[in-house]
Amino acid sequence: MSTPLLEMRNISIHFGGIKAVDDVSIDVMPGEVVGLLGHNGAGKSTLIKILSGAYKKDAGEIFVDGKKVEIHSPIDARSHNIETIYQTLALSDNLDAASNLFLGREITTKFGLVDDTAMEAESRKIMARLNPNFQRFSEPVRSLSGGQRQSVAIARAVYFNARILIMDEPTAALGVHETAMVADLIKELKAQGLGIFLISHDTREMMDLCDRVSVMKNGQLIGTERVEDVTEDDILSMIIMGKNPKKAA
Amino acid sequence: MSGGLGNLIKTLQIDTRLLGMIGAFIVISLVFHVATGGTFLTPRNLFTLTLQTASVAVMATGMVFVIVTRNIDLSIGSMLGIIGMLMGVIQVQILPDILGFGNPAIWIITVVLGLLLGAAIGAFQGWLIGYLVIPSFIVTLGGLLIWRGGAWWVSKGTTISPLDPNFIMLGGASGTIGVTASWALAIVGSILTIIFLINTRRKHISHGFAVKPVWAEYALGAILVGAICGITAIMNAYLVPTRILERRFAAEGLEMPEGYTEAYGFPISVLIVLFVTIAMTIIAKKTRFGRYVFAMGGNPDAAELSGINTRMLTVKVFALMGALTAIAAVIASARLGSAGSSLGELDELRVIAAAVIGGTALAGGVGTIYGAILGALIMQALVSGMGMVGVDSPLQNMIVGGVLILAVWIDIIYRRKTGDA
Repeated sequence: MSTPLLEMRNISIHFGGIKAVDDVSIDVMPGEVVGLLGHNGAGKSTLIKILSGAYKKDAGEIFVDGKKVEIHSPIDARSHNIETIYQTLALSDNLDAASNLFLGREITTKFGLVDDTAMEAESRKIMARLNPNFQRFSEPVRSLSGGQRQSVAIARAVYFNARILIMDEPTAALGVHETAMVADLIKELKAQGLGIFLISHDTREMMDLCDRVSVMKNGQLIGTERVEDVTEDDILSMIIMGKNPKKAA
Repeated sequence: MSGGLGNLIKTLQIDTRLLGMIGAFIVISLVFHVATGGTFLTPRNLFTLTLQTASVAVMATGMVFVIVTRNIDLSIGSMLGIIGMLMGVIQVQILPDILGFGNPAIWIITVVLGLLLGAAIGAFQGWLIGYLVIPSFIVTLGGLLIWRGGAWWVSKGTTISPLDPNFIMLGGASGTIGVTASWALAIVGSILTIIFLINTRRKHISHGFAVKPVWAEYALGAILVGAICGITAIMNAYLVPTRILERRFAAEGLEMPEGYTEAYGFPISVLIVLFVTIAMTIIAKKTRFGRYVFAMGGNPDAAELSGINTRMLTVKVFALMGALTAIAAVIASARLGSAGSSLGELDELRVIAAAVIGGTALAGGVGTIYGAILGALIMQALVSGMGMVGVDSPLQNMIVGGVLILAVWIDIIYRRKTGDA
């Protein structure tokens, strides 16, 4: 077996007395989509926020290309080409699409001033690929539709040569057409060799998009299975019962 | 707005809020001009008005950043007091003994120390807010009491005067640059404005973006250059009173020539406001720091997740507010020629009102520097206009209070209509 693109090994984090994530290990190969499933509060988002640098783990190790890395902040995560699309999208509603896309990584002129024209030009290029209908570049993102806001968040993650992409409920707020667009994008990025962690409540969508699924309950990992080896019912029982039917069998 | 005028404004890409504020200023000025029997819109009164606005206007630009990041600073009036007082002590009681009275280094050292002190006080308050997570309302309410008490303590309640003669030039009518320099400045300003417009257009074309029609660019350029020259003409139309000129000639042992006149031109304090406005606008629009200030105001979590250190940003915003308060302290004490312990009292409320009237949203994320400057000018026009008409001061306060509430209500309606929440 080859080296995983990214591996999180024996990760734990506490909030007060509660073990939000308890000794969980997951990994992703290049060109692979790994789904994270579980009820609300199962620890999926917390686990993923450790990877994106928003939370600091209490125990465990993270490896990129088999090499151990330290992630203490969102900047660290980005420096390892780990990009995140948050469930809340994490956009500043009062800024326009380009300002959001480049937030924290602005293009500057030779005088060190932010170069809005250049950033808008780059935003237009990436948007032409992701969402050709997107034209509202000079408006604050608050005035955009859910799908348009989602495109901005995705563009931000994809633009900076992500190798590992974390998508937390990327389709939760979207219509049918836009959901299909995101699914196509995931397939395209996968074909480009990115490793993708996908969080969703929609088991059927997960069966369709993912290569493997990891199921969590009460902060613990119940199991990781290849989607072709399990049925949707198997996964549901893992989510609900917290037992892996394959191991029990 | 509908029809031809609406289209015109849209083509020129002028902010309708800016137009509304300029309109409000013009209406207020015209009403007072009529009510005072024609003394409001005179070069002399407009000159005085800009002098009176200067100190509040400088602080209002900093307050925009503070409010945009969802904070408030109630301490600036008291900070102005203690900084003004300490600068007074430095330039009157300490430096002349070392350097000799009237030494030109005195005002420079005083101003530099004042700026450092302001930035330090601001940074300290910002640290309490950003790192110890004490609400800014509480930290700066404490600051309001602490720094005002400090100002009293330094002077034991006395007023320090007269201030250094060079320092005084930074505040009022005694420090103006004259007609020739004012026109030279206007010409340089006009040329820079036109270069800026041309550059912006070139850049947009080179990236293939849509640009305004050429006539609209010409119109915008004409409006801006017209405004610059108009203001300069007003400042240059206010003549120095003959008595003052006679005294100056007499002091040099000369006879004043028959029919000799001289105009003031731009006061140095107004030039300081101009410089601060341009600098703060560039910081807000064109630097990473400014971008992060607005990003944090729009969504603090998103800013944090984008790798922005919002705690340090808070320290910087308050340090900048402190430095601007020090500049305001220079202008305010220099204009009076003295530093009293009540200097800057209630300024925090004037400054917050100016920023809010200028369209800064207390919910954070929204605000402009030019709005705050115009807000300060509108407030000062109201106050001095009422004073000229003879409205007594309790009623003045009531009217200003009412106008503040009305302005915010109009702003809320405007935002709802334009969907610009």
